[in-house]
Amino acid sequence: MPEKEKITLILFSGEMDKALAAFNIAIGGASSGMDVTIFFTFWGLNVIKKNEGSIKSKGVMRNMLNFMNRGGAGRLPLSQFHMLGMGKWMMLKLMKDINFPQVDELIQTAKELGVKFIACTTSMGMMGIGKDAFIPGVDSYAGVATYLAEARESKINLFI
Amino acid sequence: MKADVTVDCVGLYCPMPIVNTARKIKQMQSGQVLEVVADDEGIKQDMPNWANMTGHEFLGIEEIDGKLHVFVRKSQGSVV
Repeated sequence: MPEKEKITLILFSGEMDKALAAFNIAIGGASSGMDVTIFFTFWGLNVIKKNEGSIKSKGVMRNMLNFMNRGGAGRLPLSQFHMLGMGKWMMLKLMKDINFPQVDELIQTAKELGVKFIACTTSMGMMGIGKDAFIPGVDSYAGVATYLAEARESKINLFI
Repeated sequence: MKADVTVDCVGLYCPMPIVNTARKIKQMQSGQVLEVVADDEGIKQDMPNWANMTGHEFLGIEEIDGKLHVFVRKSQGSVV
Protein backbone atom coordinates (compact mmCIF):
# COMPACT_ATOMS: atom_id res chain seq x y z
CA MET A 1 0.00 0.00 0.00
CA PRO A 2 1.64 3.29 -1.06
CA GLU A 3 2.01 5.98 1.57
CA LYS A 4 -0.79 8.52 1.65
CA GLU A 5 -0.05 12.00 0.37
CA LYS A 6 -1.23 15.02 2.29
CA ILE A 7 -3.05 18.22 1.43
CA THR A 8 -3.27 21.19 3.78
CA LEU A 9 -5.67 24.02 3.11
CA ILE A 10 -6.00 27.26 5.01
CA LEU A 11 -9.48 28.67 4.69
CA PHE A 12 -9.07 32.30 5.70
CA SER A 13 -12.08 33.62 3.78
CA GLY A 14 -15.66 33.47 4.92
CA GLU A 15 -17.31 33.72 1.53
CA MET A 16 -19.41 31.07 -0.14
CA ASP A 17 -17.57 30.95 -3.45
CA LYS A 18 -14.18 30.58 -1.79
CA ALA A 19 -15.53 27.93 0.58
CA LEU A 20 -16.87 26.02 -2.45
CA ALA A 21 -13.42 26.09 -4.02
CA ALA A 22 -11.76 24.90 -0.80
CA PHE A 23 -14.20 22.04 -0.28
CA ASN A 24 -14.04 21.04 -3.93
CA ILE A 25 -10.29 20.52 -3.57
CA ALA A 26 -10.63 18.89 -0.14
CA ILE A 27 -13.25 16.40 -1.33
CA GLY A 28 -11.40 15.72 -4.58
CA GLY A 29 -8.22 15.04 -2.61
CA ALA A 30 -9.92 12.80 -0.10
CA SER A 31 -11.54 10.87 -2.98
CA SER A 32 -8.10 10.44 -4.53
CA GLY A 33 -6.74 8.76 -1.45
CA MET A 34 -5.08 11.77 0.17
CA ASP A 35 -5.18 12.91 3.78
CA VAL A 36 -6.74 16.35 3.83
CA THR A 37 -6.64 18.93 6.61
CA ILE A 38 -8.43 22.27 6.53
CA PHE A 39 -7.37 25.03 8.91
CA PHE A 40 -10.17 27.47 9.47
CA THR A 41 -8.91 30.86 10.53
CA PHE A 42 -10.22 34.44 10.73
CA TRP A 43 -13.30 34.87 8.50
CA GLY A 44 -12.97 31.22 7.52
CA LEU A 45 -14.32 30.33 10.97
CA ASN A 46 -17.71 31.54 9.72
CA VAL A 47 -17.87 28.50 7.45
CA ILE A 48 -17.90 26.07 10.39
CA LYS A 49 -20.19 28.08 12.66
CA LYS A 50 -23.66 26.76 13.32
CA ASN A 51 -26.46 28.50 11.43
CA GLU A 52 -27.75 30.00 14.65
CA GLY A 53 -28.18 33.40 16.27
CA SER A 54 -25.22 35.60 17.11
CA ILE A 55 -22.64 34.33 19.58
CA LYS A 56 -22.63 35.87 23.05
CA SER A 57 -19.16 36.76 24.22
CA LYS A 58 -17.29 39.11 26.54
CA GLY A 59 -17.32 42.83 25.82
CA VAL A 60 -19.37 45.22 23.72
CA MET A 61 -17.05 45.14 20.73
CA ARG A 62 -16.97 41.35 20.48
CA ASN A 63 -20.72 41.16 20.82
CA MET A 64 -21.08 43.80 18.14
CA LEU A 65 -18.70 41.91 15.84
CA ASN A 66 -20.50 38.63 16.42
CA PHE A 67 -23.85 40.28 15.87
CA MET A 68 -22.74 41.57 12.48
CA ASN A 69 -20.60 38.56 11.62
CA ARG A 70 -22.89 35.67 12.47
CA GLY A 71 -21.56 33.16 9.97
CA GLY A 72 -22.83 29.65 9.37
CA ALA A 73 -22.44 27.69 6.13
CA GLY A 74 -25.88 28.76 4.96
CA ARG A 75 -25.25 32.45 5.53
CA LEU A 76 -21.98 33.07 3.71
CA PRO A 77 -22.00 35.96 1.22
CA LEU A 78 -20.48 35.88 -2.25
CA SER A 79 -17.07 37.54 -2.64
CA GLN A 80 -18.38 39.35 -5.72
CA PHE A 81 -21.85 40.34 -6.90
CA HIS A 82 -23.41 39.53 -3.56
CA MET A 83 -25.77 42.50 -4.06
CA LEU A 84 -27.43 42.28 -0.63
CA GLY A 85 -28.07 38.60 -1.16
CA MET A 86 -29.63 38.82 -4.61
CA GLY A 87 -26.44 37.71 -6.33
CA LYS A 88 -26.07 34.84 -3.92
CA TRP A 89 -29.67 33.80 -4.45
CA MET A 90 -29.01 33.67 -8.19
CA MET A 91 -25.76 31.76 -7.71
CA LEU A 92 -27.54 29.18 -5.57
CA LYS A 93 -30.11 28.75 -8.34
CA LEU A 94 -27.34 28.24 -10.90
CA MET A 95 -25.68 25.70 -8.63
CA LYS A 96 -28.93 23.84 -8.20
CA ASP A 97 -29.29 23.84 -11.97
CA ILE A 98 -26.15 21.73 -12.33
CA ASN A 99 -26.80 19.67 -9.15
CA PHE A 100 -23.84 21.29 -7.43
CA PRO A 101 -23.96 20.83 -3.65
CA GLN A 102 -24.17 23.77 -1.26
CA VAL A 103 -21.49 24.44 1.35
CA ASP A 104 -23.28 22.57 4.17
CA GLU A 105 -23.61 19.47 1.97
CA LEU A 106 -19.94 19.71 1.00
CA ILE A 107 -19.01 19.91 4.67
CA GLN A 108 -20.96 16.74 5.30
CA THR A 109 -19.31 14.94 2.37
CA ALA A 110 -15.87 16.14 3.50
CA LYS A 111 -16.48 14.74 6.98
CA GLU A 112 -17.71 11.43 5.55
CA LEU A 113 -14.47 11.18 3.57
CA GLY A 114 -12.37 11.87 6.66
CA VAL A 115 -11.28 15.45 5.99
CA LYS A 116 -9.82 16.89 9.20
CA PHE A 117 -11.09 20.27 10.42
CA ILE A 118 -8.91 22.42 12.68
CA ALA A 119 -10.09 25.76 14.08
CA CYS A 120 -7.60 28.52 14.85
CA THR A 121 -7.67 29.36 18.55
CA THR A 122 -6.11 32.81 18.11
CA SER A 123 -8.96 33.98 15.90
CA MET A 124 -11.43 32.37 18.26
CA GLY A 125 -9.94 34.23 21.24
CA MET A 126 -9.75 37.55 19.45
CA MET A 127 -13.30 37.37 18.13
CA GLY A 128 -14.69 35.84 21.30
CA ILE A 129 -15.91 32.63 19.68
CA GLY A 130 -16.25 29.55 21.89
CA LYS A 131 -16.10 25.91 20.78
CA ASP A 132 -19.87 25.61 21.17
CA ALA A 133 -20.33 28.05 18.29
CA PHE A 134 -19.10 25.44 15.83
CA ILE A 135 -20.66 22.45 14.10
CA PRO A 136 -19.69 19.03 15.55
CA GLY A 137 -17.28 18.25 12.67
CA VAL A 138 -14.37 20.25 14.11
CA ASP A 139 -11.64 17.77 15.07
CA SER A 140 -9.30 20.02 17.00
CA TYR A 141 -8.40 23.54 18.04
CA ALA A 142 -4.85 24.71 17.52
CA GLY A 143 -2.39 27.33 16.31
CA VAL A 144 0.40 27.93 13.85
CA ALA A 145 2.75 25.17 15.03
CA THR A 146 0.10 22.54 14.34
CA TYR A 147 -0.54 24.03 10.93
CA LEU A 148 3.19 24.09 10.13
CA ALA A 149 3.68 20.54 11.35
CA GLU A 150 0.95 19.40 8.94
CA ALA A 151 1.96 21.70 6.10
CA ARG A 152 5.61 20.64 6.01
CA GLU A 153 4.51 17.07 5.36
CA SER A 154 2.05 18.12 2.66
CA LYS A 155 2.82 18.30 -1.03
CA ILE A 156 -0.13 20.59 -1.60
CA ASN A 157 -0.64 23.72 0.49
CA LEU A 158 -3.19 26.37 -0.34
CA PHE A 159 -4.30 29.59 1.29
CA ILE A 160 -7.86 30.42 0.31
CA MET B 1 -16.56 -2.59 -23.05
CA LYS B 2 -18.20 -4.72 -20.38
CA ALA B 3 -18.33 -3.56 -16.80
CA ASP B 4 -19.16 -5.30 -13.54
CA VAL B 5 -20.55 -2.21 -11.85
CA THR B 6 -21.95 1.06 -13.23
CA VAL B 7 -22.22 4.42 -11.53
CA ASP B 8 -24.42 7.13 -13.03
CA CYS B 9 -22.90 10.62 -12.81
CA VAL B 10 -24.94 12.24 -15.58
CA GLY B 11 -25.71 15.84 -14.70
CA LEU B 12 -22.98 16.00 -12.08
CA TYR B 13 -19.95 18.24 -12.14
CA CYS B 14 -16.51 18.10 -10.56
CA PRO B 15 -15.81 16.90 -7.89
CA MET B 16 -18.92 14.72 -7.64
CA PRO B 17 -18.09 12.14 -10.38
CA ILE B 18 -14.73 11.53 -8.68
CA VAL B 19 -16.36 11.30 -5.25
CA ASN B 20 -18.95 8.82 -6.52
CA THR B 21 -16.31 6.81 -8.38
CA ALA B 22 -14.18 6.54 -5.24
CA ARG B 23 -17.19 5.55 -3.15
CA LYS B 24 -18.25 2.86 -5.61
CA ILE B 25 -14.81 1.38 -6.25
CA LYS B 26 -14.28 0.92 -2.51
CA GLN B 27 -17.15 -1.60 -2.49
CA MET B 28 -15.73 -3.56 -5.42
CA GLN B 29 -13.19 -6.38 -5.62
CA SER B 30 -9.85 -5.94 -7.35
CA GLY B 31 -9.97 -6.91 -11.00
CA GLN B 32 -13.57 -5.79 -11.40
CA VAL B 33 -14.37 -3.07 -13.93
CA LEU B 34 -16.32 0.06 -13.05
CA GLU B 35 -18.19 2.05 -15.67
CA VAL B 36 -18.78 5.72 -14.91
CA VAL B 37 -21.40 7.38 -17.07
CA ALA B 38 -21.05 11.16 -17.17
CA ASP B 39 -21.67 14.16 -19.36
CA ASP B 40 -19.20 16.64 -17.90
CA GLU B 41 -16.34 16.95 -20.36
CA GLY B 42 -13.84 17.40 -17.52
CA ILE B 43 -14.00 13.70 -16.74
CA LYS B 44 -12.02 12.92 -19.92
CA GLN B 45 -8.88 14.22 -18.24
CA ASP B 46 -9.93 13.83 -14.63
CA MET B 47 -10.45 10.09 -14.67
CA PRO B 48 -7.03 9.12 -16.10
CA ASN B 49 -5.43 11.50 -13.59
CA TRP B 50 -7.51 10.11 -10.75
CA ALA B 51 -6.55 6.56 -11.74
CA ASN B 52 -2.92 7.60 -11.89
CA MET B 53 -3.07 9.08 -8.38
CA THR B 54 -5.00 6.24 -6.81
CA GLY B 55 -3.32 3.32 -8.58
CA HIS B 56 -6.40 2.01 -10.39
CA GLU B 57 -6.21 1.11 -14.07
CA PHE B 58 -7.81 3.50 -16.52
CA LEU B 59 -9.16 1.45 -19.42
CA GLY B 60 -10.64 4.07 -21.72
CA ILE B 61 -13.62 6.19 -22.67
CA GLU B 62 -16.46 5.47 -25.07
CA GLU B 63 -18.69 8.25 -26.27
CA ILE B 64 -22.24 7.03 -26.84
CA ASP B 65 -25.15 9.36 -27.62
CA GLY B 66 -23.36 12.37 -26.18
CA LYS B 67 -22.59 10.61 -22.92
CA LEU B 68 -19.15 9.59 -21.75
CA HIS B 69 -18.70 6.02 -20.57
CA VAL B 70 -15.48 5.79 -18.61
CA PHE B 71 -13.99 2.43 -17.63
CA VAL B 72 -11.69 1.81 -14.69
CA ARG B 73 -10.37 -1.50 -13.36
CA LYS B 74 -9.93 -1.78 -9.62
CA SER B 75 -6.33 -2.58 -8.72
CA GLN B 76 -4.95 -4.28 -5.68
CA GLY B 77 -3.02 -2.05 -3.30
CA SER B 78 -4.49 1.21 -4.51
CA VAL B 79 -4.93 4.15 -2.13
CA VAL B 80 -8.70 4.38 -2.56
